[in-house]
Amino acid sequence: MPWNRRHLITLEELSRAELDQIHSTATGFKKILTRSVKKVPALRGKTIVNLFLEPSTRTRMAFDMAAKRLSADVISLDAKSSSTTKGESLRDTAQNIAALQADMIVIRHSAPGAPLYLSRLLNIPVINAGDGAHEHPTQGLLDTFTMRERLGELDGRRVVILGDILFSRVARSNIQALRTLGADVTVVGPSTLVPPYFEALGVRVSHDLRSALADAEVVMLLRIQHERQNSGMFPSIGEYTSMFGLNQERASWLHPDAIIMHPGPINRGVEIDSELADGDRSVILEQVTNGIAVRMAVLYLCAGGQPEYVTPTA
Amino acid sequence: MPSLWIKNARVIDPANKRDRVGDVFVQNEKIVASLSAADKKKAKVIDGTGLVACPGLVDIHVHFREPGQTHKETIATGSHCAAAGGFTTVVCMPNTSPPASNTGTIQYIKDVIERDAVVKVLPTGCITVDMKGETLAPIGSLARAGVVAITDDGDCVQSNELMRRACEYAKMFDLPLMDHCQDHSMTVGAVMNEGVVSTRLGLRGWPNAAEDLIVARNAILSTYSGAHIHLQHISSKNAVELIRRAKARGVKITAEATPHHLALTDECIEGYDPKFKMNPPLRTAEDQQAIIGGLRDGTIDIIATDHAPHTDYEKDQEFDYAPNGILGLETALPVTLGVLQRQNKFRLAKVIDLMTRKPAELLGLPAGTLSAGAAADICLFDPQEKWTYDAKAGFSKSANSPWDGEELQGRVKTTIVNGKVVFDGKKVRKR
Repeated sequence: MPWNRRHLITLEELSRAELDQIHSTATGFKKILTRSVKKVPALRGKTIVNLFLEPSTRTRMAFDMAAKRLSADVISLDAKSSSTTKGESLRDTAQNIAALQADMIVIRHSAPGAPLYLSRLLNIPVINAGDGAHEHPTQGLLDTFTMRERLGELDGRRVVILGDILFSRVARSNIQALRTLGADVTVVGPSTLVPPYFEALGVRVSHDLRSALADAEVVMLLRIQHERQNSGMFPSIGEYTSMFGLNQERASWLHPDAIIMHPGPINRGVEIDSELADGDRSVILEQVTNGIAVRMAVLYLCAGGQPEYVTPTA
Repeated sequence: MPSLWIKNARVIDPANKRDRVGDVFVQNEKIVASLSAADKKKAKVIDGTGLVACPGLVDIHVHFREPGQTHKETIATGSHCAAAGGFTTVVCMPNTSPPASNTGTIQYIKDVIERDAVVKVLPTGCITVDMKGETLAPIGSLARAGVVAITDDGDCVQSNELMRRACEYAKMFDLPLMDHCQDHSMTVGAVMNEGVVSTRLGLRGWPNAAEDLIVARNAILSTYSGAHIHLQHISSKNAVELIRRAKARGVKITAEATPHHLALTDECIEGYDPKFKMNPPLRTAEDQQAIIGGLRDGTIDIIATDHAPHTDYEKDQEFDYAPNGILGLETALPVTLGVLQRQNKFRLAKVIDLMTRKPAELLGLPAGTLSAGAAADICLFDPQEKWTYDAKAGFSKSANSPWDGEELQGRVKTTIVNGKVVFDGKKVRKR
């Protein structure tokens, strides 16, 4: 089956076959990352604009790295240097970028739906690098890629996402991809941050850490943000850690071969004990490496490349 | 001015419990019971065959944006939309620039109405100075200047103490208060209904409870003060129940529902299209059914549009940034007929009542009836005709309608104000 999507806006809309195509393409690209010459000419002559209207370090670095590994030219614009601070609308900014003959836009925006809006305005591929609390598709792709590398197929596998689910685009993209891949997903955390509406996305909602973690093969932690405390979502960081932080004892409830994931940046001692973050079960840094391979796959496929040219055996 | 003879229409006049095929006569700007044989010969005849003739529609919730936001709408263009939608009396909200919180602004608005409006446009004033919710506007002077109600529409008065005093004070002048029920502390950053859809889309949710709380607050303040509080655009299921119980106790509150809350749900927002963004937000099918139930049993008194024009460049943005509100006047009748009459089997006369006699009565306006001696404000429409609404070809300066390009059933053919045809089915008689 050929790949025929130009944009990557959500994981909700991707089929299982499409997730497989991205993952197998990423497997091929991952091999390049360990060579001495870490570059292929796949996107030579193409210009990719990274339009980051919300602060980001690792996602932006990973997209930058991925584009360069594919030999594309990369231009990065952030909120401060773009004209949006001068009151220019997203429509006008985007049309100017297109008029500069860019070949692809990677957008990070605080407003949910902004990448979809952009994709309707422009004729060039739009890649969502995170839109508010909506989705962060490449994060969901790299997380599920990492899980599949470690566990194999995810059908029926128990995955727990722990923390601030309500405001998390990472949680939403993972939920969508994991459901499509057949995993058994539980979201857990304080009731204010894990509202019952999530059940409609096909996951179990829990506020009891012990039963949620029991025998889980993956636990994915999300960053706890201090500003949620100010808006009354939970009493204090200390109470959060005491109720929901992952420590050695709680990690012992997991399946013996379970992996611990975190999209970063981590708050050591808040959502996760420092030793666990650095421990054997942690795959946090693998996630970062895989993030480049997965983003190479996404850029390559959405630019018109086909998966069969990047086979895992290449 | 020649007399008018509307012949052979289905005449629906809820105020007189009339619903049968017959004629309507107009002489000297008034409805009359009949015309003399000589007058009949000279009268301008409008063939009403196949049409409904009813009192001109009344909408007590529109935004005409003048003064200060005339790029979106003016009193002239807003009144054209009203005429095209069959409305002959509308009440405009005070959230202009500057807000209508002093008598000078009210006088300005009245002057523009006098000069430009093709239907009857009545002003409201603010409850608090510049709708800031801090100090009372000069409510007595506003009453004397001719406002028909006071409201901080869009900026619900948050202080219970201030709202209490506003109620007590306005009661002196028998001036109703109209309130957009929203507890701001629960809706910070909220752009759509809180629920399954907002959860999936990652948009910040506006919970029903934020409306329910202020509805309950207003019922309580009305109980103590005796003031008439009108609850604008009710959207929440539990709010309907709160109103029902308060009314059963005799509390002097009334309520309205908009055509869009009857016809659309939060699922429309799937594509992040800001033409479905309004405040209060579109809610769920369950809320919709409760509101329809409220209209059926009188808990909700009337239909009002909340006609809220915004230009393309304002509306065409990221969903979070787009302003709230949609056009309503030109689509209100067909949309309401679709939901209430065709889908929910309301009698046609009942739907007309909700859009004519009842809103007029609610604010004590001389409108909404075809009684002999009443002003000849009449709407003639074809309940069967199907047509496609083109918002850009409509009469508003803006085009922000969720029904743009949609096929609607029921079309206004003639609108008459004080015996003059102001809309003939195609053109508005501009001034």
